[in-house]
Amino acid sequence: MSSKTMIMFSGDLDKAMAGLIIANGAAAMGDEVTIFFTFWGLNILRKAQKIKVRKSFMESMFGWMMPRGAEKLSLSKMNMGGMGTAMMKDIMRKKKVNSLPELIGSAQDLGVKFIACTMSMDVMGIKPEEIIDGVEYAGVATYLGEADQANVNLFI
Amino acid sequence: MAEKYINARGLQCPGPVVELFKVAKVSDSGDLITIEVTDNGFKKDIDAWCRKTGNELLSLTEEDGAIKATIRKG
Repeated sequence: MSSKTMIMFSGDLDKAMAGLIIANGAAAMGDEVTIFFTFWGLNILRKAQKIKVRKSFMESMFGWMMPRGAEKLSLSKMNMGGMGTAMMKDIMRKKKVNSLPELIGSAQDLGVKFIACTMSMDVMGIKPEEIIDGVEYAGVATYLGEADQANVNLFI
Repeated sequence: MAEKYINARGLQCPGPVVELFKVAKVSDSGDLITIEVTDNGFKKDIDAWCRKTGNELLSLTEEDGAIKATIRKG
């Protein structure tokens, strides 16, 4: 069995979808897959609902300005104040492309390992309570340890 | 030996290979799995999937807009 590792740095809808489609595909090829979510990519793992946690003023501001979860992400191009994203989602739904939340659920079902970068969480004030279930918390060494074993490594 | 059928019509990439993987996972060696797919990329994907996962592609046909593949679990 081979393995694949991915760094999900981006919090853009299109990039997250591309990454999760590759992750699902790799898992369906029988590979072990690890995705390391860092910086803007952490927002993909946020729960959709608001969670009551203690935060500093700056942390609250950050949390408020960034998209809360996979449903809230925007396209990296042609967002047009949200109109482009809404149109793209509509087209994708009509063409039966799995939504990002579906891709996340499917990846987790297939055993894709999600790791949230604890340093980015600290910087952005994102607490574990705000992250979806089934995610591990670790740093760059854990990621590199996995990447050492992998034969494909992507930065998204 | 069991024969299984998957209707993956209408599913977009990576849906068909994900469904195929799930069924193959719970199948025994020698089982036959037939899958029908409308995603055109599947014609090449099924070949790569079989090679990678050690399953055998027995047939690959196209009829009324759907691709039909039968594999034997390795």
